[in-house]
Amino acid sequence: MNTLDSMSLAGGPPKGLKNGQKFAVFLGLSSFFIVVLAAFGLNFPNKGFWLTASLSGILGAVIWFSWIAYRDDPKGIKNHGVWFKSISGRGLWAWALGILITGFYIVLYFYPEYLGLVKDGPNRGLISLFDPLSRALSGNPASQWFVYGTLYTLAILAFGIKFIWKYRHNRYQQLRTMSVMFFQTAFAFIIPEIMARLNGDLPYYDLKNIWPLNYYNFERYRVNAFIDSGDIGLGMLIFGIVSILVITPLLTYFYGKRWYCSWVCGCGGLAETAGDAFRQLSDKSTFAWKVERWVVHSVLVFVVLMTTAVIYSYLGPDTSKYWLSKSQFLIGVGVLLTGVFAWVMVYRRSALKKDAIYGACGYLLIILGLLAIHFFSDSRHVFVFSSEGLRKTYSFLIGSVFSGVIGTGFYPIFGNRVWCRFGCPMAAILGLQQRLFSRFRITTNGGQCISCGNCSTYCEMGIDVRAYAQKGANIVRASCVGCGICSAVCPRGVLKLENGPLKGRINPHEVLLGNDVNLMELANQNSDSVA
Amino acid sequence: MQIVIIGNGISGITAARHIRKLSDHQITVISAESDYFFSRTALMYIYMGHMKYQHTKPYEDSFWKKNRIELKRARVRSVDTETKTLILDSGSQIAYDKLIIATGSQPNRFGWPGQDLKRVQGLYSLQDLEALEKNAPDSHRCKRAVIVGGGLIGIELAEMLRSRNIPVTFLVRETSFWNGVLPQGESAMINEHIREHHVDLRLNTNLKEILSDDAGAARAVITDGGEQIDCDLVGLTAGVRPNIDFLSGSGVQTDKGVLVDRQLRTNIPDVFAIGDCAQQRTPIGKRRAVEAVWYTGRMMGETVARTICGAPMEYNPGHWFNSAKFFDIEYQTYGWVSGASSKDPQERQFHWRHPEQYLCLTISYHKESRVLLGINTFGIRMRHEVIDQWLTENRTVDQVVPRLGEANFDPEWYRHYETEIAQTFTSKAEKVV
Repeated sequence: MNTLDSMSLAGGPPKGLKNGQKFAVFLGLSSFFIVVLAAFGLNFPNKGFWLTASLSGILGAVIWFSWIAYRDDPKGIKNHGVWFKSISGRGLWAWALGILITGFYIVLYFYPEYLGLVKDGPNRGLISLFDPLSRALSGNPASQWFVYGTLYTLAILAFGIKFIWKYRHNRYQQLRTMSVMFFQTAFAFIIPEIMARLNGDLPYYDLKNIWPLNYYNFERYRVNAFIDSGDIGLGMLIFGIVSILVITPLLTYFYGKRWYCSWVCGCGGLAETAGDAFRQLSDKSTFAWKVERWVVHSVLVFVVLMTTAVIYSYLGPDTSKYWLSKSQFLIGVGVLLTGVFAWVMVYRRSALKKDAIYGACGYLLIILGLLAIHFFSDSRHVFVFSSEGLRKTYSFLIGSVFSGVIGTGFYPIFGNRVWCRFGCPMAAILGLQQRLFSRFRITTNGGQCISCGNCSTYCEMGIDVRAYAQKGANIVRASCVGCGICSAVCPRGVLKLENGPLKGRINPHEVLLGNDVNLMELANQNSDSVA
Repeated sequence: MQIVIIGNGISGITAARHIRKLSDHQITVISAESDYFFSRTALMYIYMGHMKYQHTKPYEDSFWKKNRIELKRARVRSVDTETKTLILDSGSQIAYDKLIIATGSQPNRFGWPGQDLKRVQGLYSLQDLEALEKNAPDSHRCKRAVIVGGGLIGIELAEMLRSRNIPVTFLVRETSFWNGVLPQGESAMINEHIREHHVDLRLNTNLKEILSDDAGAARAVITDGGEQIDCDLVGLTAGVRPNIDFLSGSGVQTDKGVLVDRQLRTNIPDVFAIGDCAQQRTPIGKRRAVEAVWYTGRMMGETVARTICGAPMEYNPGHWFNSAKFFDIEYQTYGWVSGASSKDPQERQFHWRHPEQYLCLTISYHKESRVLLGINTFGIRMRHEVIDQWLTENRTVDQVVPRLGEANFDPEWYRHYETEIAQTFTSKAEKVV
């Protein structure tokens, strides 16, 4: 197998750039160099001009580069040489990029002063370069988060256009990408800044960023700010609660978790656009799947506990300030979780098998935690941890290290959905909903699968799609974000993302369509009775 | 009971998996080609860089031990059916109680002068792919490739080589690509698409001779038109034939392939043959006696497992179906749609093609009863289950055409063309009346 393993060394497609692409690279790197210079402290005279030049240069370069890459070829799947290229095949460029992004995240989260953030005074360096844009939008000077948000949005827009061009034969992919581009630009970037301009007391709120992804949404300072900002603030607070309790389950029931993860979410948006070149790097092994389930659900339990503890810590003994007293809140959380758990155990027990036990464990943990809060804590402590300590730990480990440094920094090594798959508590909740009560599934087309493996290879969530397709089973998996790439890369038209009735959604077959009708009935009856 | 399966392709592996599900027999799978089962149909994607070899393995390596399926890497030299023993190339022997021959195919070579030169190869096995990687790593070391034989493997090889920018001349014997199978309109559309991918497509052209350089490697081909085409690689893709040479002298009856009855039994008790290498003594319906298709191999594997595990079962495939991809155009077929050069006199065809895009469809139906015989689609995905049911229920073309939307399997938000198709059908029918 040696020659096959080293195929990228032996041959491969032409690696050279076309002339136009060389110019695009020149333009892009020069524009990026402006940002680098600013980061190293160069104080540009006319910041508005240089910022515009830099950002539009980067945007233009990516668009130009992709246009030349795809314009000469007929429309269709564009995966030639993916594993031969250094950047998408874990080569030198992949490692270099990974280290660069990781370094950026470390500085961003933990040493923003190196980017030019000045606590009491005008910004310097990179952050000051972004001041004009920030002032234009919100009226305030830029922060490290504004710089990050701008670059993030720019990445989604630039690579989103590349993606749309790459998949110009596929309307599902185009619409989905336009959707994430819109939600990032409008909801995450522009609207919160404008809201800050209109009403300075409102907390920064990306309305599509739902708890528990937005794990700090119900912290005291935010809740206070919401309440103090009158009807609008109150409306936003209620929207935040309704989002997770009503809107989310409803939309997931109708469309699967894709409505959020690959159509709306900002993390998903970056993964689907800038991260598209890395989707094949996800680990498909059974081992990775086991790790995924334990880790992501543990994060979910952690975030529920943490949030409950944080809210509990600032609620009063009576209802004078927050409508809820400490004990009412705890009982409410307990009743809600018990209700969900009871529903699952009564109506969905058969669908869960071993998984139910894990779910029960997680649930038990939460309940015990709640009781512990009630009996062993004063207003600031849960067991011996302070709720503030819990919050800080979560914010550091999950909010910063997992979602940013590892989740995005390691795109070129572990694939583009490491955070979504192993770390995102929102994805975990939506996944449970999708697995237990959703009309969404990926339908397998009769007996047409040839087990080629394109679907599994290009599944960014590491789902072994082929394992289902080759036994004629629909794919109903908690982790599936519905990006639709498996269906796109399938050379035989086997996979289709669909919403339909819950009955018959999960349907393994022993013998596939095309064979003797009697044999199919016989074998598939047996397999049904086993399942 | 010791069951030995020669060949770890889709047929042999499907048989092994189903035997394991149904029984506790000992199962040994022997392969000279690879340690583990991989998807042969995915070989092209390794060369094109879409996947690595390990991605083409449908099961993790631990699967086989867990399911007690023993894998053995060896070449079988001969079969002694008297003593129920296999003799391997190494000289060692393996005893069996039941033997399943699932050795697949090998590329056809029709005695062309120069066909055994270096840098002349087919594309079937993992070893063929390794050879191709050496023979045609890039456009510097392979300045032109000539492909001989206009079938599914030929066009795949063309796509592979084009992915590395290697110039390709494609010699096709027929007057239009694959028109023994495809109706004229479809075949013509694929001709266009092949040329759009900058393949030098030569229709109506045969290979006469392959010329050698001093080192015994191909340097050019001569066509039957007398033209010489310089090249560094000759791909022979004029179909495949059963890979059964090792059976000579074993007493197992063969013709093109291993002759089997409907229960997939050979003339020798306890010896079965499935997949590409099996030949039905009497062809089933309109099917060929030798069916070298992924799906039929799988179906035979499903069937033979039953027979071996004590519930004898005939190989009784349902409605024919198949699929392929020609560069960027997906193709699906259900039931029987005759090709341009082999049209059934009882069959009438309705053909629709999109005016600009590479989308088309052909519906074939019986001239008098108007019962649906089959559907071909290009660039439109169809739902297997729905069409299978239509064929079973003997729906007429007039019932089917207005309901084509029910069978559409394209991704969500795709443009649908059923209305246009139905309108075209009606207007054509009016003209006929």
